[in-house]
Amino acid sequence: MFRKLHDPGAAAVTVHIDGRPVRAEAGESVAALLLRQPEGWSRTTPISASPRAPYCMMGVCFECLVEINGQGSVQACLTPVQDGMSVVRQQGCRSVSA
Amino acid sequence: MRPDIVVIGGGMVGAAIAYGLARRRQQVLLLDGEDGDFRAARANFGLVWLQGKGLGMPAYQGLTRRSIALWRGFADELQSETGGDLCYEQKGGLAFCLGEDAFEKRRLDLMRLHNQRGEGEADWEMIDRAALERLLPKARLGADVSGASLGRHDGHANPLKLLAGLHGGLLRLGGSIRHRARVERIEMAGSDFRLVLDGAALTAPRIVIAAGLGSARLGRQVGLDVPVHPERGQILVTERLAPFLPLPASGLRQTAEGTVMIGATKDEVGLDVSTTTEAAASLSAKTVRTIPALATARLVRQWAGLRVMTPDSYPVYAQSESHPGAFVALCHSGVTLAAFHAEVLAEAVADGTLPESFSPFHQRRFDVPKAA
Repeated sequence: MFRKLHDPGAAAVTVHIDGRPVRAEAGESVAALLLRQPEGWSRTTPISASPRAPYCMMGVCFECLVEINGQGSVQACLTPVQDGMSVVRQQGCRSVSA
Repeated sequence: MRPDIVVIGGGMVGAAIAYGLARRRQQVLLLDGEDGDFRAARANFGLVWLQGKGLGMPAYQGLTRRSIALWRGFADELQSETGGDLCYEQKGGLAFCLGEDAFEKRRLDLMRLHNQRGEGEADWEMIDRAALERLLPKARLGADVSGASLGRHDGHANPLKLLAGLHGGLLRLGGSIRHRARVERIEMAGSDFRLVLDGAALTAPRIVIAAGLGSARLGRQVGLDVPVHPERGQILVTERLAPFLPLPASGLRQTAEGTVMIGATKDEVGLDVSTTTEAAASLSAKTVRTIPALATARLVRQWAGLRVMTPDSYPVYAQSESHPGAFVALCHSGVTLAAFHAEVLAEAVADGTLPESFSPFHQRRFDVPKAA
């Protein structure tokens, strides 16, 4: 599993992943943060529901889609963390039903 | 092997005719164009649709009805031929109405069509908002939605799988396809047609011109003067979503894979397949008025295609009088009419004559002097 080589110190922020608070460093991407978690996957696929993790880290593979602050299918690798941000791993197909 | 018939145009119309001819044991050669050609068949929305079609031309309503009646059998046959799934569903289709006036206008339009048909029971109904909500329990409707018309015969299919299936079916039945085969000119060689391609020539006793917007240039050379012009349609598609729309609607359908297709514009811009932000905005706005929650769905693609339009928008089917054996087939509803093309039209072309029922679709209907 990935780990951070330095302590973010004063640049530390708190992000909630599936409701659980975790420490992140201002400026890093949500995908980098997800890869450091004990469970590194970020979503399950719409058809086979198999787990997927961030892969290309540069916005082209769309494997790292997560829900961020209520907005679904956001690319975690292109989104910098922010203090208080809510990240939810996406499970299968998104739904627009009430 | 020397073909009995060459079909010029490997899009939805030409491929369906060629497949139908091959099923009738004709030796068929299908000439397909270049990747950069205008290919309506690769830009389709995928409705197999009856309701609302044919105002002012009852023969077109009849043609559409006939094709839809054939569609299930045609799809089953093609699927067993190729093993592919066309994702064809015929559970009815909707046209959403926004506002009470639109609801009433829709009712009147469909009633006029029903009266022009002049026979049979209505196979559509207007359903109010409450009934619509019961029909679509997973879709929360926008405040402006007053109801919808529900056409019982309407449905949808995957148009790309249909096109691939027609090509695959043709090959399995012993036909051939030549890609990047642009016909430069058509000459006569005795009673045969000689098609001059870039660096090659082919002869055949019969030809079918189904080259979409390219048909006018080819038809002229064999006495078939077909007026045709492009009309651009733009379509949006969303990410895959959990199923919420069990019936396709005019301009809004959820595919078997879960994506939502949103269409389509009607732009008079000539031979231009670029997409515009204005179209993306107006299509999105219309959709969000119907189902507000779609505002949170991600759009993954927008594309444009050129409809193959005649002056009255209806198809042209004809055989040349000056060059018997040369046929032309053009329309912009290649998906809905695919079953008719593969069954009835292919049968007529194989027989060598278009029966009287085709006469309303001859291009001579455009040869009337314009009123002052």
